[in-house]
Amino acid sequence: MFRFLIRRAIGALVILLIISAITFVLFYVAPRDPARVACGKVCTPETLALVKRNLGISDPLPVQYWHWLQAVFVGRDYSSFGHCPAPCLGYSFHNREPVLGTILDRLPTTLSLSVGSAVVFVVFGVGTGMLAAVKQGKALDKVASSASLIFSSMQIYIVGVIAMYYLADQWHILSRPKDVPFAESPSAWFSGLLLPWLVLALIFTANYTRMTRSQLVESLNEDYVRTARAKGLSRRTVFFRFAWRGAMGPIVTIFGLDIGLLLGGAIITEKTFGLHGIGALSVKAVYDNDLPLILGVVLIAAAAIVVFNIIVDAVYALIDPRVRLA
Amino acid sequence: MSTPFLSVRDLRVHFSTEDGMVKAVDGLSFDVEKGKTLGIVGESGSGKSVTNLTILGLHHPDHTEIEGEILLDGQDLLAASERELERLRGNKMAMIFQDALASLSPYHTIGKQIGETYRKHTGASKREARARAVEMLTKVGIPQPDLRVDDYPHQFSGGMRQRAMIAMALVCDPELLIADEPTTALDVTVQAQIMDLLKDLQQETGTSIIFITHDLGVIADIADDVLVMYGGRCVERGTKKEVLRKPQHPYTWGLLGSMPSLEGPVDVPLSPIPGSPPSLLNPPTGCRFHPRCTFTEQVGGKRCATDQPPLELTAGRGAACHLTTEQRAEFFADFAGTRPN
Repeated sequence: MFRFLIRRAIGALVILLIISAITFVLFYVAPRDPARVACGKVCTPETLALVKRNLGISDPLPVQYWHWLQAVFVGRDYSSFGHCPAPCLGYSFHNREPVLGTILDRLPTTLSLSVGSAVVFVVFGVGTGMLAAVKQGKALDKVASSASLIFSSMQIYIVGVIAMYYLADQWHILSRPKDVPFAESPSAWFSGLLLPWLVLALIFTANYTRMTRSQLVESLNEDYVRTARAKGLSRRTVFFRFAWRGAMGPIVTIFGLDIGLLLGGAIITEKTFGLHGIGALSVKAVYDNDLPLILGVVLIAAAAIVVFNIIVDAVYALIDPRVRLA
Repeated sequence: MSTPFLSVRDLRVHFSTEDGMVKAVDGLSFDVEKGKTLGIVGESGSGKSVTNLTILGLHHPDHTEIEGEILLDGQDLLAASERELERLRGNKMAMIFQDALASLSPYHTIGKQIGETYRKHTGASKREARARAVEMLTKVGIPQPDLRVDDYPHQFSGGMRQRAMIAMALVCDPELLIADEPTTALDVTVQAQIMDLLKDLQQETGTSIIFITHDLGVIADIADDVLVMYGGRCVERGTKKEVLRKPQHPYTWGLLGSMPSLEGPVDVPLSPIPGSPPSLLNPPTGCRFHPRCTFTEQVGGKRCATDQPPLELTAGRGAACHLTTEQRAEFFADFAGTRPN
């Protein structure tokens, strides 16, 4: 297990390097010049060159990338900002703020949003899926299956707006989405995020219901489940200890990928509810031609996915002893 | 004759499917004596497995209609509650399945799977259950049982998995053991070892065994009595000797004829039974074997296609066929003439 983690961590590092390099290249392929924007209306070639040097984009591309890597691993001294200790993601072109600080500032919102909705969709999605699988072919199964089909084809920006209008503004059941730090007031944090959680979870819940149901229907038909029944074990024991164990693997895999994606920023959800997480930040970075910030958010999003992939593989080996970590 | 340990009377198991009613078992009766082995022979889809899953109550209750009576040691299993059945399963009656790899849970160690049954029925502690699992693995001949008890099924060989399965089934000393083609997936040497193991264990514990197979060689090895099934019905019953030496039913002749023999000339061709097993959705009228039977003309008229031949038993021996006793003797003599044994 230890060797597996070491090996995968090195692999993850390589992937992140490649991703950052690609982002770098793509940024310069795009026909826009951040220096030209920063330079203002009256821009002489001299000022443009100065701005470029100040932004650190006057050097050739490989040198720039090398500087960026250096900053990440050993820190970097800036003429205008002084020393930036590792891991340094540089300073925003747009507002001259340190990128790492900005990201860390936004991270709690994204964490709250994704973890909170993950709790909701796992509990309800897997729970409903289990019920549907147990009551296979009965009314409950049919209702759950058709409801999940309807919900999974909905879009957040429609459901979210409708939910805000009715649940918050008209009926006052839930409060309008608000981004209050947990440390400030746990209750305000909870009520401010409840609506986004529910809306974001709705679509996921539907998917997890369908996935759980189909995995369980399959594993309930396995021979070893029949053997467990033939041993005299109760239906409950057989269901949880045998059938659910067999159904879990794919669900854990998809969950790992989903949570990795969500931690990289739920762009549409954040925009719909006016939350300022990583998702909203990445949109802003792209609009502003803000290379250091773009690199920062891309790196965070990629790291989340890569890390959760490793976790999924490790968990899979724990669930299924036939899986060898190699 | 004493009261049999297991008695099945006029069992009918029908499944409702989208295409209609499948009559998987259609009026089946048999007994199993204490400490004896009943071999049930038949092709795939003849209803052998369904019969035995029904005895354990492992059929799907929603889509299954069951009629008849199954008495285990005087207790009516079809009337028993799920809770009562749970107490009996794995305890008084146990089952061994064909594909041990698929039938053992890949997620739990062998020891845990054996011990689990023991704990459920005896309330033993984890430590006691583990000790019992090691004891059972020793009994079924697994080398280094105290180490292998912590292995997972995929770390066992095919033969060892089947041994582990037997250990699991016998952990509570069941009085009835149902073995559903336990040796079919194994190679011949291992098959012989497993058969010997079952015979030894039976002698030791006095368990009654129902042995399901399509292999008459296996039947010859292990069974006391034989029941031949075709299309959800019993076509012939008797002791092993009676059924294998003096079979009365054309289907049994066909089964014997399609089996190679080690005695006699090697160039005697095998004669497969023509046609294919009947659909249980729309079973043939009359005798279910008549579309594949070569003796319908000898019976005369259309009797085979219209009348279901009754299974008339004298002292547990009989066959369901319209041929007269004399005809059967004559035709079997012809048939046996082409075969050395």
